[in-house]
Amino acid sequence: MMSVQISGLRVVRGGREVIPDLDAAIPSGQITGLLGPSGCGKTTLLRAIVGVQVIAGGLVTVLEEAAGSASLRRRVAYQTQAPSVYSDLSVRENLEFFAAVLGLAGHAVDDALETVGMTESEQALTGRLSGGQRSRVSLAVALLAKPEIMVLDEPTVGLDPVLRKQLWGTFRELADAGATLIVSSHVMDEAMHCDRLLLMRDGRLIADDEPDALMRRTNTADIESAFLTLVDDDAAA
Amino acid sequence: MSVAITVAVARRVLLQLRRDPRTIALLLVVPCVLMALLWWMYDGDEATFDALGPPLLAMFPFTVMFLVTSVTTLRERSSGTLERLLSMPMGKIDLLVGYALAFGLVALVQALLAVGLTVGLLGLNLAGPIWALGLVAVIDAVLGTVLGLFVSAFAETEFQAVQFMPALVLPQVLLCGLFVSRDALPGVLHAVSAILPLSYAVDAMQQVQNSASLTADFWIDLAVIVGFVVALLGLGAATLRRRTA
Repeated sequence: MMSVQISGLRVVRGGREVIPDLDAAIPSGQITGLLGPSGCGKTTLLRAIVGVQVIAGGLVTVLEEAAGSASLRRRVAYQTQAPSVYSDLSVRENLEFFAAVLGLAGHAVDDALETVGMTESEQALTGRLSGGQRSRVSLAVALLAKPEIMVLDEPTVGLDPVLRKQLWGTFRELADAGATLIVSSHVMDEAMHCDRLLLMRDGRLIADDEPDALMRRTNTADIESAFLTLVDDDAAA
Repeated sequence: MSVAITVAVARRVLLQLRRDPRTIALLLVVPCVLMALLWWMYDGDEATFDALGPPLLAMFPFTVMFLVTSVTTLRERSSGTLERLLSMPMGKIDLLVGYALAFGLVALVQALLAVGLTVGLLGLNLAGPIWALGLVAVIDAVLGTVLGLFVSAFAETEFQAVQFMPALVLPQVLLCGLFVSRDALPGVLHAVSAILPLSYAVDAMQQVQNSASLTADFWIDLAVIVGFVVALLGLGAATLRRRTA
């Protein structure tokens, strides 16, 4: 089953065609990695899936509804690349506010804090936290409503390796519990945590496959080499 | 519209403000200090103090709340929290009313202090009820808040937001009847002053000062200001876009 269907997506920003014509389908209950160099259009594609991007053409369907529909606002969570939390509120105050907006009660805040390992810092002022901690608070907000689809834009950027491993463990648990995760990254070694990879370059998808299949197809031993081979093939074609 | 979400927004804005005691102090103390300064300037000249006091009491809440709100909402727009909120089940009006509620509450405290000091300690002569001055001040503050919310959509930086103050607020101060009575203004300027909300706030203050019972004009002034508030809220909501380029 597919959670997200994209056909003929076209996005123009500032007179420039960022995504000319993109088709993709993202399967349910899996972790889909969106990989590619910075500036290739990853964030724009994610924003189109969440429904916050003005699009010039095409169709984006999420859980059988048009992306951005009012009914999806509880079912789809989005973590932007820069931590979108209030720096002059404590960690807990941030989560309690977003929980109130989402109409959640009970353990939602505690659960989310625990998942991202921020329970002990819940009273700290968000603005005083390190960059990595702040982005974990932002991730906790995305986890609050236990959404069916989570769109995470570079959630592990600036985190130390231990924490990164932990978070990928968390993503795996969420996917095992049935959630669909779409995670962007420009760090190729994170690709092995994903069930499926979308490789993006200049606003186009140059591959959409399982990591192992990609490496087999390109006769390479790691995703980075696979990506480079695919880029070369793409340029030659 | 959701009451729970509106209250959550108002509560959050007040919590943020609490983290900034210097701003709170400036919000509450500065109007009082300025009123005391005015009283001292016209040392013993009660008639002039009586004439200038009420218009100034209308100006402070409007100006201050305009500044505070335009900067706060600009921050919300640029930090990404606005985009996040709008991707959640958050109504645009919930957000705007939440802001207006929070700053309206701050304005209430500010008005209580400034009006209390001016009438109680500094001896401003007042024919009408003192609460009516407070009421005008609060509605006026809400007006400043919604104007700030609307204007923040057109500013990309905090510098720009602050520059909207001289551009949008000072002309209203000049034309509101404080310097030249509105009836004595040249025809065109009189017409312009009739479409500026601060003119009505100043007129309402003067009505309270001059007549013992609240006149029909006072209530008309208030109704006009409330009309401006509603219209600006609508315009403000229109600047909040769930989809952006």
